[in-house]
Amino acid sequence: MNIHHKTVESIPSPLSPLLAPANDHPCNPFTDIRVAITGGTSGLGLSLVRELLDRGAKVAFVARSRDGVERVEQGLPAAHGIVGDVSRKEDIHPITMQIVGALGGVDVLINNASDLGPIPLQLLADTECEDLERALATNFLGPFRLTKAMLGSLAASARECRGAVVVNVSSDAAVNAYQRWGAYSASKAALLHLSRIWDEELSLEGVRVLSIDPGDMDTPLHAAAVPDADRSTLKSPEVAARELADTIAAVLSRRRRTNAIVQEAIG
Amino acid sequence: MIAARLPVQRPSNAKVLIVDDQGNIEHQARSEFAGLLRPGDVVVANDAATLPASLSGQHSRTGRRIEVRLAGRDSLDEIKQFSAVVFGEGDFRTPTENRSKPPALKHGDRVELGPLRGTVIRFLNHPRFILLQFEGSLREIWEGLARHGRPIQYAHVPTPLAVWDTWTPIAGRPVAFEPPSAGFVLDWRMLASMSARKIRFGTITHAAGLSSTGDPELDALLPFAEPYRIPRSTALMIKHAQASRGRIIAIGTTVVRALEHTAAMFDGVVPPGERLATQRLDASSRLRIVDAILSGTHERGTSHYELLRAFVDDETIGRIDQELNARDYRTHEFGDSVFLERAANKTRPRPSRLSPHHRMCQLKHYVTFCERECLCGLLRNDG
Repeated sequence: MNIHHKTVESIPSPLSPLLAPANDHPCNPFTDIRVAITGGTSGLGLSLVRELLDRGAKVAFVARSRDGVERVEQGLPAAHGIVGDVSRKEDIHPITMQIVGALGGVDVLINNASDLGPIPLQLLADTECEDLERALATNFLGPFRLTKAMLGSLAASARECRGAVVVNVSSDAAVNAYQRWGAYSASKAALLHLSRIWDEELSLEGVRVLSIDPGDMDTPLHAAAVPDADRSTLKSPEVAARELADTIAAVLSRRRRTNAIVQEAIG
Repeated sequence: MIAARLPVQRPSNAKVLIVDDQGNIEHQARSEFAGLLRPGDVVVANDAATLPASLSGQHSRTGRRIEVRLAGRDSLDEIKQFSAVVFGEGDFRTPTENRSKPPALKHGDRVELGPLRGTVIRFLNHPRFILLQFEGSLREIWEGLARHGRPIQYAHVPTPLAVWDTWTPIAGRPVAFEPPSAGFVLDWRMLASMSARKIRFGTITHAAGLSSTGDPELDALLPFAEPYRIPRSTALMIKHAQASRGRIIAIGTTVVRALEHTAAMFDGVVPPGERLATQRLDASSRLRIVDAILSGTHERGTSHYELLRAFVDDETIGRIDQELNARDYRTHEFGDSVFLERAANKTRPRPSRLSPHHRMCQLKHYVTFCERECLCGLLRNDG
């Protein structure tokens, strides 16, 4: 897993799973933390929903398919499912309203929903403009709009020392120029730079914006991109979700540790 | 005054009328509002996002078209029961005072509002003011509101509002029924400039209710009871400001209502927590907390106008009215603003009727909390 972020050095090493506190332990950084995940019915998103619920977070997830949302909710009744398409401008505020309303606020937003662009992958010169637009709408504009709509909630979370973290799920394609990955790659590169700028600008508000590349995973998106890939060489989304959750936990822990130190000092 | 008809939150030509604590009046561009603030001030805004609280549908028993405007709730977490005002067929294009009446409502009547289903479970001292209970799961109710609801709006804005027209840049929990529109002035650049000048910014979350129903009897009851929450960080900022003689600046009438409601409960102290504001502020009110307000321009006779009279005396508010009219200020939610410092003769009330011992007991836990949060605040930007 790569964290595309210049201040990644400031994030402590992820907690060892063996040393991780129990979910009901007061030091568990996810206790009572409110998390929103887009693209939550398959692949990394679904694994994140499971992982973060297991760690004690309150989780809302978003996906386009009502059937998919209801299926996940049946298996994970503690999760709050929302039907919506982050690539559609008109959906952003209804999605935000349902997330923030149901959770009572939001501390962590994970922009995970992604669009591959043309399937099968195409050279850029053969890519239809509409396919590029769709990739940009899902992978770049959607996270921008959703984060902007939730910024009031995230800033409020930061003022309350709860956390306030935005994770934009990235890819090595955001930094490397692979042939035939043009639409996806360009949109993820834009998202990466957006993350960097926003992290700089929002530091004053106490909101962190991270761009994280979970690595090549055995997911439906990867299968669509590389149908003949050797799946045994791919990371499972469950492992990627655990790693990503550890990274978020490290950021949240800093706030919790600060509070604990202060409370101990005061007695 | 002129009605602001375009849903633009920060028009470049927006202006603000300024009244200092001596009653002197000035005018300036509203974009320069932050220049009115001083280091040490605490600015408090309402970060409620606005629910699309206008729900069209039909009255099941008669089949007639109706519009239900959600108007209130008992707590910020409540999602199944709302107080609501019911209108007959039509929409915002007709001024509320001219709207058709709904069919005669009865206890137990059902309403179908898009995907939402609800029942009239009580009347609230008026045949069109009801307690409405929604059916279904929380997910179904949230989805129904988010997908079917439209922002409440009035005839002075002729085009339908989008939800994003009604959310301030700092909007968080969707609990308001109309936008806390004084907050439209804020943007993140302004907040950053305030921070750079040691002006602290905090929020409350206040479920701002309806500003008008079109019915004189109902309008006389405004504002309805409104739940609000004061977070710990804001309570701490206020405490610091009080201790250091910094001013507390309210962005909007809802902030004044919330802070003064809590201060009245706790003898001039503002502890964090969620409460239900029930009071009406007017010329007779003595403000304990808020030193100045940035607000929209309001018309005489409205509850918002009455609240402004808690800041300035009758002679001054008369001059304000004249200036607003003479200089073509725009009114309503997308209009211009006023910034009123509490008049020097509107002094804070005498403190505590409680015995010193009682007062000390009451404050003990709060002070402990404040000390802890103070350190937390100092350490917050830990990288």
